[in-house]
Amino acid sequence: MSFINYASREINCKIVYYGPGLCGKTTNLQHVYQKTAPDAKGKMISLATETERTLFFDFLPLALGEIRGFKTRFHLYTVPGQVFYDASRKLILKGVDGVVFVADSQEERLDANIESLDNLRINLEEQGYDLDKIPFVIQYNKCDLPNVTPLEELRALLNPQNVPEFQACATTGEGVFETLKAVAKLILVELRQGTGG
Amino acid sequence: MLGPNTSSFVMYDEEFKRINLVIEKLLRDANAKVIFLVDKNGQLISSVGETEHLDTTSLASLTAGNIAATGGLAKLIGEKEFSILFHEGEKDNLHISIVAERVILVVIFDQRSSLGLVRLRVKKGSEELTQIFYDLAKKSEVQEKSGNALSPFAEITDDDIDNLFS
Repeated sequence: MSFINYASREINCKIVYYGPGLCGKTTNLQHVYQKTAPDAKGKMISLATETERTLFFDFLPLALGEIRGFKTRFHLYTVPGQVFYDASRKLILKGVDGVVFVADSQEERLDANIESLDNLRINLEEQGYDLDKIPFVIQYNKCDLPNVTPLEELRALLNPQNVPEFQACATTGEGVFETLKAVAKLILVELRQGTGG
Repeated sequence: MLGPNTSSFVMYDEEFKRINLVIEKLLRDANAKVIFLVDKNGQLISSVGETEHLDTTSLASLTAGNIAATGGLAKLIGEKEFSILFHEGEKDNLHISIVAERVILVVIFDQRSSLGLVRLRVKKGSEELTQIFYDLAKKSEVQEKSGNALSPFAEITDDDIDNLFS
């Protein structure tokens, strides 16, 4: 749910990066953080284990600039991908305005992707959201690796609704900003229509 | 108060000023260092006090995460929520409470105050804040019904959106 503040002339939106464990959600945020001008970003917070696995969430606030005199801010969150952290994942989806599903393109993670996407749909429903109705994009990450599932197959299994999709390699940054821009645009379009999440 | 199907959480000038009056008074009455209000989704609503050296955006997001996690714990043991949290530090302490079911009130205080005083003043301040947020919710509802709830984004163009990313 976006937060429109007429007093400070700000609009805040929440984007959540979802996906199976080790698919590259945190890496996406790290790349955005590294490539964003200092005045446009806040501190990136990672609540992670000692082995750098996300424990609760990563958080990165971004200021994109002004639209019609309103400062536009996006708060980027990741969820912990590991299956047993489901209770935490549900909490982070609260008040979400747009979702990025980061899929791991490697063949051996195909089942994990499908399971995580199902989990996303169920957890959103619990919060009263319908995945088919909120701003949603898919990123096929790790597309540079040799053992990836063909794009057509990923598409057929993960993106039957044909939402915007991007191939990416989050470690080099390929596709990262394209993904973020796409979901931010969908959110703004949704706001324009006045039906924002 | 506001369900997931409400379009947006909107803050108007008038209520914003009323809120700030209440938390500024609370800051003085409770001898606190900093007070901030955060919506349960982690968006900072307002902050007063010695905030210059504080990363209030991060504080807001972590507070909301904290409340969400504690709320999850509460449900697991059959409680609706834990309405007050207290974190004690060596110098500074955090008193966190839920106002009007959807807003988080955070008071940072040191030895110049005490937990008892903060609790007392927070209770009073919360009642006033609850009324303001109730008025705000009503106002949003009326605006929405009358069709005046057009967001400032209602008339933006594709170019406006593209320009953000240029």
